[in-house]
Amino acid sequence: MDAIFLQILNGLDKGGAYALIALGLTLVFGTLGVVNFAHGAIFMMGAFCAVTLEKLLTLSVKVKDESVTFFDAYKETPYLELWFGDTGTAIIDWSVPLSIILAIPVMLLIGIVMERSLIRHFYKRPHAEQILVTFGLAIVLQELVKAAFGANPIPQGAPDIVSGSAAVGAIFGLGEAVVYPWWRLIYLAFSLITIGLVFSFLHFTTYGMVVRAGMADRETVELLGINIERRFTIVFGIAAVVAGLAGVMYTPVLPPDYHLGMDFLVLSFVVVVVGGMGSLPGAVAAGFLLGILQSFSSMTEVKDIFPGIDQIIIYLVAVVILLTRPRGLLGRRGVMES
Amino acid sequence: MSETKLIGNVSRRTILKGSAATTGAALIGGTFPMHFIKNAHAQTFRGDPGSAASVKLGFNVPQTGPYADEGADELRAYQLAVKHLNGEGDGGMLNTIKPLQLKGNGILGKKVEFVTGDTQTKSDAARASAKRMIEKDNVAMITGGSSSGVAVAVQGLCQEMGVIFMAGLTHSNDTTGKDKKRYGFRHFFNAYMSGQAIAPVLLDEYGAERRAYHLTADYTWGWTQEESIKAATENIGWETVNTVRTPVGAGDFSQYITPVLNSGADVLILNHYGKDMVNSLTQAVQFGLRDKQVNGKNFEIVVPLYSRLMAQGAGDAAKGILGTTNWHWSLQDAGSQAFVKSFGQEYGFPPSQAAHTCYVQTLLYANACEMAGTFAPWEVIKQLEGFEFDGAGNGPTLYRAEDHQCFKDVLVVRGKENPQSNFDLLEVVKEVPRAQVEYPADMFGGELGPYQV
Repeated sequence: MDAIFLQILNGLDKGGAYALIALGLTLVFGTLGVVNFAHGAIFMMGAFCAVTLEKLLTLSVKVKDESVTFFDAYKETPYLELWFGDTGTAIIDWSVPLSIILAIPVMLLIGIVMERSLIRHFYKRPHAEQILVTFGLAIVLQELVKAAFGANPIPQGAPDIVSGSAAVGAIFGLGEAVVYPWWRLIYLAFSLITIGLVFSFLHFTTYGMVVRAGMADRETVELLGINIERRFTIVFGIAAVVAGLAGVMYTPVLPPDYHLGMDFLVLSFVVVVVGGMGSLPGAVAAGFLLGILQSFSSMTEVKDIFPGIDQIIIYLVAVVILLTRPRGLLGRRGVMES
Repeated sequence: MSETKLIGNVSRRTILKGSAATTGAALIGGTFPMHFIKNAHAQTFRGDPGSAASVKLGFNVPQTGPYADEGADELRAYQLAVKHLNGEGDGGMLNTIKPLQLKGNGILGKKVEFVTGDTQTKSDAARASAKRMIEKDNVAMITGGSSSGVAVAVQGLCQEMGVIFMAGLTHSNDTTGKDKKRYGFRHFFNAYMSGQAIAPVLLDEYGAERRAYHLTADYTWGWTQEESIKAATENIGWETVNTVRTPVGAGDFSQYITPVLNSGADVLILNHYGKDMVNSLTQAVQFGLRDKQVNGKNFEIVVPLYSRLMAQGAGDAAKGILGTTNWHWSLQDAGSQAFVKSFGQEYGFPPSQAAHTCYVQTLLYANACEMAGTFAPWEVIKQLEGFEFDGAGNGPTLYRAEDHQCFKDVLVVRGKENPQSNFDLLEVVKEVPRAQVEYPADMFGGELGPYQV
């Protein structure tokens, strides 16, 4: 029972990350009709917003270690700690949550620049060409990050106060030994709130309503005198912000490296396809579903019966769903079927 | 007039003697067509620089992908080795390795040049790159590493093509065990040695009453490390609760870590390397494993194969964690100091263990060529087989003839709690003597194969 409970939490947590990336992908596909393979790279760039801020906050006075003679080795003390003492230390400790403030404008800008300078030229081109150009863009972005930060993962700590584990077992009447990391619980809450905000934006604001109308019938909306293209550009920026923030918040879970985006991209596309191309609720539902299935398939009891199932479960489920429901779980007729 | 007289004076016997002498001289001088001699085809070989003024070596390292930083460090070491072989710089280990016939004038008087390839840490890409270097660039030797899967694949190719492969970082028992090859040589230690080296330290630090849970990377290296560490820890009385295989590059290991919490295990052994190790260790610490008390003992995590670059990636999570390495820059012996000095002055930071093994492998190959007096691989192989040397950073070392595995001291290290500098991440707990990690040559099976292919 304890194990099942923990695997559900794991699945929800993992599913949260998949859902956030898949949500952005679906949003871009639904509005602009673009299959954006650079979306994983945007997630990675978000993570590197956190790395950049941490590097800025920990700019240090370097004191040479005299015991090392053949090269320069330093003991580093951040300026913030020297200038502000404990306050400085606390600011550094909170660098990941603080990165959100940096990431929102940066990712919005990156998204808008990406859409205006490159993606918009491919709206009317075949999907294969869109995939090629966005995949190329993803490679360029990740190589730029590698050139700047190296290929090794760069660890990012969660704030001290939430770096340990929560005794979730006690809350749900399970054993004391059932614990789960605070930061992962925060990530799950963050995912749900972000998904809620995106849906609220699309459903309860006039702006969102126009965007949805544009997704359903672009021509009619344009005939009504609305500049739908500009709104879609903003939507692209919002999708970039969602993926970027997902990246920022994921850094304490997984030390980011330049390849982080590619690691998530394929899975996120499977999530989108399983959920149904162009369906936002489908993307979210499929994200959580596949996250949970992946977690359960990794249990020793399951692997004893189906060895290696944990490595193929996502693709197996994708095959089964596409065979029984070719448009995905909540896919609409006519999307990518022309 | 005199010519006629001369011919006139030549007897039949003189003509026969002259013919024999001419034939003999031609044979010695090598101008006589070789196909008239038994086994003459074996005299030609791939990578033969012939009369060229230089010889080419092929450095096949990961330049892209997750091990790109380690690959870059290996490449730095190779370039430094080439400099030292050609008599440039301060000579590094050319001044400390004994016995050594290298004179700083290249190899056999030929200037050393090199070509590089990108393995991408993928077996197919690594083989394609090695094949290109052999066929297009005519390299005399291939070297490189960072994955046992890649090393085994490239080593197989080198055996087929008759070019020596001096393995870089590869730690699987298979490389010099069931997949060993006559043309493949490994200076780096292996999983069995890690187990033998770390087990007594684990006994001292954590006691004999322990229950271990293994998470293992699902490929050749992970399997052999799990097998070796499991056997070594069971020998000191530990019980193995479970061994779980994890996909390479899983990223999030949470679904594999949560079952550990309620398994009754009090030690987690991570048979992971590189990014997988960084991620699984970081996440295991996040799940509170190191703050846990199980069976009345502190829960412990062990990483049998450690590196400074990995400790850097794992950050605070690596502090206090025990593991083994092949070599560390803080060693104080003359060979290590000479190498760290050369490398540090050239690049401004210390070399990794991957850089160390690659540097040593290049010098050992060059020295074997000098000893053989030829680049012919079967002659060079014979010089490397059973070669004993010292001054390369791990004490007296033997290149065992039967499996082409180097035997030398192994380091048990721990993630440092209070680093003095940005490079001071590991402390050496124990230098385990070579005798403690030796094993019979036939223990891991395999056949070396023929000298001539």
